[in-house]
Amino acid sequence: MNKTITIAHGNGGEENNELISKIFYKHFANDTLSKSEDAAVIEEGKLAFTTDSYTVSPLFFPGGDIGKLAVCGTCNDLAMMGAKPKYLTCSVIIEEGFSTRELEKIVRSMKQELDINGAMVVSGDTKVVPRGSIDKLFINTTGIGVIEQKGITASGLTEGMSILVSRDVGTHGATIFAAREGIALDSSIQTDCASLYPQIKALIDAEICIIALRDATRGGVAAVLNEWAKSSKVCIEVEEDKIPVQEEVKGICELLGFEAVNLANEGTFVLAVAKEDESRALEVLQKTHETSACIGTVTLLHKEKVIINTSWGTKRFLDLPTGELLPRIC
Amino acid sequence: MPLELKNLYDNFRDGETIKAYAKMIAEDAAKLDRTINIMEVCGGHTHTIMKFGLPQLMPKNINFIHGPGCPVCIMPKERVDHAYVLAMQEDVILVTLGDMIKVPGSNGSLQDARSKGADVRFVYSPMECLKIAEENPDKKVIFFAIGFETTTPMTAVLIDQTIKQNVPNLFFHINHVTVPEVMQELIDSRDEHVDSYNNKIDAFLGPSHVSVISGSRIYEPFPVDYKRPVVVSGFEPVDVMQGISMIVKQFVENRCELEIQYTRVVTEEGNLNAQALIEKYFEKVDLFKWRGLGNVPRSGLKLRDEYAHLDAEVIYKDVLPIAEIEDHKLCICGDILRGMAKPPECTIFGTACKPTSPLGSCMVSSEGACAAYYKYGNLL
Repeated sequence: MNKTITIAHGNGGEENNELISKIFYKHFANDTLSKSEDAAVIEEGKLAFTTDSYTVSPLFFPGGDIGKLAVCGTCNDLAMMGAKPKYLTCSVIIEEGFSTRELEKIVRSMKQELDINGAMVVSGDTKVVPRGSIDKLFINTTGIGVIEQKGITASGLTEGMSILVSRDVGTHGATIFAAREGIALDSSIQTDCASLYPQIKALIDAEICIIALRDATRGGVAAVLNEWAKSSKVCIEVEEDKIPVQEEVKGICELLGFEAVNLANEGTFVLAVAKEDESRALEVLQKTHETSACIGTVTLLHKEKVIINTSWGTKRFLDLPTGELLPRIC
Repeated sequence: MPLELKNLYDNFRDGETIKAYAKMIAEDAAKLDRTINIMEVCGGHTHTIMKFGLPQLMPKNINFIHGPGCPVCIMPKERVDHAYVLAMQEDVILVTLGDMIKVPGSNGSLQDARSKGADVRFVYSPMECLKIAEENPDKKVIFFAIGFETTTPMTAVLIDQTIKQNVPNLFFHINHVTVPEVMQELIDSRDEHVDSYNNKIDAFLGPSHVSVISGSRIYEPFPVDYKRPVVVSGFEPVDVMQGISMIVKQFVENRCELEIQYTRVVTEEGNLNAQALIEKYFEKVDLFKWRGLGNVPRSGLKLRDEYAHLDAEVIYKDVLPIAEIEDHKLCICGDILRGMAKPPECTIFGTACKPTSPLGSCMVSSEGACAAYYKYGNLL
């Protein structure tokens, strides 16, 4: 492992995993943590508990801002364990000189998202640091939720199960790239940033037996599928032409040399269900997003690996993203 | 207006067209009595070939071998060390393109320099350097310029603007390299330690974007003097399949020619304006060291002497290291770049050498042959 931390250690991919396992898991080791789920299941399976910090540049982007992200992200982590988000804490670190007007705009957008989840902020903290110490504003949110469907786990996948995505993938990552300084992209693309609890509730209400559930944030769909393949010791085979990707996202990927399945999402989840639940689950998901799709199945072809099948009959591995996501040179 | 890139790639990934080319290649290859080794010179082609699993569509006697065309992979440690030292100067902002920040030098990569406090930035377009220089008048902004014929015009335009706009704090460290000279080196090495006459290259798939700038004529000597056909090809899977098909047909028909597959953009002459601008600011260096390959004559560019006041190599001469550095002993990137070996033949491939901790050049960039093999694997 590197002697110093680099940006790559926060990429949600291989270096990030190495950092977490070799430093944090090593010292904090316990049965709850080692499950490595989106949120910890505590109090004999009654509650889900999670925390996340949010740093994003720019702070405001088409379809969202850091505040919306900070509530959605934590509530979604709870929802991914089949839990209804209830109580959140909100901790902010603000750079000296930051505009109070913008701060209020961010907090207002947090409140709006809390309402969608039926959750509330019950405790918080504020720190202001000298100019240059941080990039404008960091937010940490911690959340507790009440579990409504038990037993959702990344290690529950078996042969024949279906893999679904809740909508088209990669829009958040593509939006952030398009909104960054230095790329003069004229694009109407918007982040997918959204609270997912309402959709999860609809799946639970429809009595879909959810095997595994994960929002595809940093590292994208590729990271989720790889994690599941490893945790469950199975192979996940996906059909490339079934992965829903917006044309504009495809365009940005082409331009910068990325793959949509590696780009971050903030309101897209991956779902594993038994084959017999596939069409009913899809029906529920398509009520919110028409683009939701079944993208693959669980097999035993190459255990702990994810395979992409192309429409011309070739196969390749879909690996975890590595390094900092950088545009290709030529 | 929303992005409309669809037309640029959509039809060139059509499953049925790719399958049809695969069938045609198989039928033609059946008429040959030997194996044809086709070198794709450019890392972009290697990336396409591996990402889309094209080797799985090839008959047994058509073999891909991977060339040296990745600007990041071929950057020798000496040059990376230059970038590192420049980045660590107190008043310097070092700017470069994408993957370059991951390449390890003797002291680490630019990414490591950044984690130690250096101001290292990557840009999507070199023109952003003008803005960075303007916003940081008390800093010296150094553009660490890398790449083949494709990126050289962008650097030339940036230099042109730096002069025209009289920007006082923008400087250049030039590492631009050229494709034909290294192709020649692969067939006709002057390095007495390397038996490159034993190379396996039967034909070249030439990168189209290089020829968009330089024209297809830069490859003229290869069919004539070296008896190796060249097909200048695009980067989409349909382009590559058609390019391969054109090469195989040449062997079936006993021809040895320079052909253009990518006729939608490439001409014989190329972009004359870009060539003029490159000629204005750059000249060839006698030798440029390529990581894994050693010194290749006249394969690199430098700023012309009259622009020495913009040249970071001249300005920072006293602090830049000059010692030669050996490549890692166990790494066979040199053989891979020469088309003599494939990545899995290397003893440290995927073990000591991985994309997260590359020891050799081909593992560094996503366009390197080792990284492409590691990432996409080979399921056949």
